[in-house]
Amino acid sequence: MIYEHSRVGRRAMAQAPSEKVEMAGIPDAMLRASQPPLPEVSEMQAVRHFTRLSQKNFSIDTQFYPLGSCTMKYNPRACNTLASLPGMLSRHPLAPDTHSQGFMACLYELQDILKIVTGMHAVSLTPAAGAQGEFAGVAMIRAYHDARGDKERSEILVPDAAHGTNPASAVMCGYKAREIPTGSDGDIDIEALKSALGPQTAGIMLTNPSTVGVFERRIKEIAELVHAAGGLLYYDGANLNAILGKVRPGDMGFDVIHMNLHKTFSTPHGGGGPGAGPVGVSKRLEPYLPIPMVDFDGNDYRWLTEQDRPDSIGRLSAFAGNAGVLIRAYIYARLLGREGMHRVSEYSTLNANYLLKRLMEAGFDAAYPERRASHEFILTLKKQAKELGVNTMDFAKRLLDYGVHAPTTYFPLLVPECLLVEPTETEAKEDLDRFVEIMQTIKQEAESQPEMVKQAPHTMPVRRLDDVRAARELDLAWKPGA
Amino acid sequence: MPFIPHTENDIKEMLATIGVDHIDALFDEIPSELRCGELDAIPPGMPEMEVSRLMQMRARADGQPLCFIGAGAYDHHIPAAVWELTTRGEFYTAYTPYQAEASQGTLQLLYEYQSMMTALTGMDVSNASLYDGASALAEAVLMAVRGNRKSKSKRILLPRNLHPTYRRVVHTIVRNQQIELVEVGYDRVTGSIDHAELERYSGEDFAALVIPQPNFFGILEAVDELTNWAHDNGMLAIAVVNPMAMAILRPAGEWGDLGADICCGEGQPLGAPVSSGGPYFGFLCSTDKLVRQMPGRIIGKTVDLDGKIGYALTLQAREQHIRRSKATSNICTNQGLMVTAATIHMTLMGGEGLQRVAAASHANTGKLTQALTSLPGVETVFKGAVFHEQVLRLPIEVTKALRALAAHNVLGGFDLSDDYPELGDAVLVCATELRNEDDIENYRGKLERVIQSQVQTPCQLKPDW
Repeated sequence: MIYEHSRVGRRAMAQAPSEKVEMAGIPDAMLRASQPPLPEVSEMQAVRHFTRLSQKNFSIDTQFYPLGSCTMKYNPRACNTLASLPGMLSRHPLAPDTHSQGFMACLYELQDILKIVTGMHAVSLTPAAGAQGEFAGVAMIRAYHDARGDKERSEILVPDAAHGTNPASAVMCGYKAREIPTGSDGDIDIEALKSALGPQTAGIMLTNPSTVGVFERRIKEIAELVHAAGGLLYYDGANLNAILGKVRPGDMGFDVIHMNLHKTFSTPHGGGGPGAGPVGVSKRLEPYLPIPMVDFDGNDYRWLTEQDRPDSIGRLSAFAGNAGVLIRAYIYARLLGREGMHRVSEYSTLNANYLLKRLMEAGFDAAYPERRASHEFILTLKKQAKELGVNTMDFAKRLLDYGVHAPTTYFPLLVPECLLVEPTETEAKEDLDRFVEIMQTIKQEAESQPEMVKQAPHTMPVRRLDDVRAARELDLAWKPGA
Repeated sequence: MPFIPHTENDIKEMLATIGVDHIDALFDEIPSELRCGELDAIPPGMPEMEVSRLMQMRARADGQPLCFIGAGAYDHHIPAAVWELTTRGEFYTAYTPYQAEASQGTLQLLYEYQSMMTALTGMDVSNASLYDGASALAEAVLMAVRGNRKSKSKRILLPRNLHPTYRRVVHTIVRNQQIELVEVGYDRVTGSIDHAELERYSGEDFAALVIPQPNFFGILEAVDELTNWAHDNGMLAIAVVNPMAMAILRPAGEWGDLGADICCGEGQPLGAPVSSGGPYFGFLCSTDKLVRQMPGRIIGKTVDLDGKIGYALTLQAREQHIRRSKATSNICTNQGLMVTAATIHMTLMGGEGLQRVAAASHANTGKLTQALTSLPGVETVFKGAVFHEQVLRLPIEVTKALRALAAHNVLGGFDLSDDYPELGDAVLVCATELRNEDDIENYRGKLERVIQSQVQTPCQLKPDW
């Protein structure tokens, strides 16, 4: 704990103004009685403490990180360096357009690139993350129905395998979320969909390839069914990496989409964020896009605001969303160019299918063995759990001992004992081969010394943590005197 | 191929293992009529040195004007170590700490962050961040509606002197849940919440009163009185604060007899550059009592199998990945990296350092006010005490004046004439600790010339109240 290095009167002296001036003109009763109890440490102590903390993390820069559905690919350093140029960092968000043309040019071009690559009619960059993009998307669906006086639509359909954000976003927009089952082949259960559709249907939220790692083959039919019922289609861009430059959500019949730039456009995940979740729409939803957006008249760039876009669902953040993340995505897109975008889907799909094939050969079961993997795939360790008593969580924890971040575990919920594996396009063949060897080794360990595997990890800074205690005896902050 | 390590030979071997002839065969489940062709409209890829040249040019194009705008984003000094450490790959390229044993760095750091935010705000608990200050307020409003046990009301009192964009964002986010935002005006003399107008709602059923400190005009509110008033009327008190102000002003947890119930705001002043508005981070703190209504990630301290201290995501049953449609919020990805920077920033500054920055910003804004009001016709609009922003009225049309100043590379403040037309030609100015006396003199001199050049034209408008 940083507070352990704290001593009264010790400070990183170089970091603050050299003297404390009086707070003139403020009544004493409004002032704080004592200094806030923050750590009092030297600069070196702080640097050492946080450097050591960083070393307790797995990260893309240090480990293979095949966390399914999160697209943990290499984040090019140039994106950070160039987005951190002084002119970029020092630009105030309320600077006038005359002092914003360079910044706005980047955003405008990014809007265009995202439009083209997704086949949508228009894009707004402002949502701060995927879930905020979902919120914006569903809010636009609602605005569309409301504008038509179509006020009886009360349900958003979501597959049972959907990300939890989907139903949560629907509810935040005042809708009920209704689940549609997935068929045994991994595609949506069309008959169930048909019987769920009706005059109460506002729309459906789909990820394609879906969260079970396969391409929804009957998407055209689904789009026709939903549209015929008067509903709209929402595309969750969590898996856009799989289809970049191969098939576009707009061509599949989607009316509104979000993209996760921290996945597909390789902006950093930052230990939990920031992300960026731009939304794209078809022509009929264009008036409702969240603001601000950037416009270009051939000479100058300018912000589109409430005055220009009176039907917009409104603003989602104080300024223009996670601008610095958008700039990183723009730089990535320029580095890749059109040919690089095709490669993203090609090599992420090649890696996933290769890894799946090798794991199947090594005796692991695919959840959907008859299907082509997309950029990710699901293994089910049902057999190992039953025969050896070693479950998916045990495998996941043991992987950490071998220096590999675990794939996503127990998601989607409908596949028992599952691992969702997403290798991404930036991993080399030898690293995939090594993952297969490690999985084989763990399987052997599970046979010969199951207790050891069930106790894993053994080499991390801590062993398995008591989650029950964390929730029951809540300790959420260090308090002075503790 | 940039960022793709595959050799020709790798590709051949991998395809052979899979049992297909070429990569495109891997997309055979996509109906062919849906396939797109080349993305011709996207420019071809560029090597790093060319992209570098482009971005240098773009960054230069925006100049580096002398900036006196605050209005929700504040230019403070950030110690060099903050971003040196924050951009270490182990922080920069990790994700949400789902595997706790392999994420103790991020988890412990977030626990330290939660500790520091509770220290700063005087609240019991903090979450691990939301997107930004405006969306954090929207979440606080939703949390208050869920968490107020005395009231089933879905009405919220929202003062007009709260940041106008925050009010818009709250509206966007809560409107579809039938939550009603009722505006409370401000006192035209002091600039603070109009207590007489507030009193009209006494005895009515509301879920919460939102109390900014400072408010959008930079003015300090009578937070004790407002907090007690809210509690006396069965409402929760939601504090929206500048965290830098919390270093020197009485923290939200100590407002009135019981303290604020929820405290949220924009974390940007704690280590994030102004950078065009983001990424920043929203913070959200509350009393213990409300912790189960909180949105977002929360980190708890616990022990491992050997009894060794460790940190883990906790109370996850509030969250979308467990509770789905019944979650407290849809938030998943938050602003982890910005919180990493803020934690390091608060550590390096300490309580004393933040107080010095807050005091210097307060003093500099005082000097700026003095310098500008020495010009004929420039006056302060409100009488109330301020933190580090001030509303000034100009003797000429404010929009034109700011444009003229910008042409001379001075960003003279935030034009209030759109959001508060009743104030006339009013501008909100801010001078943080980074604006020195030369900068202030530079602004004064240029404004003097702008006024002189425009005062001849008959555009002098007095507000009509």
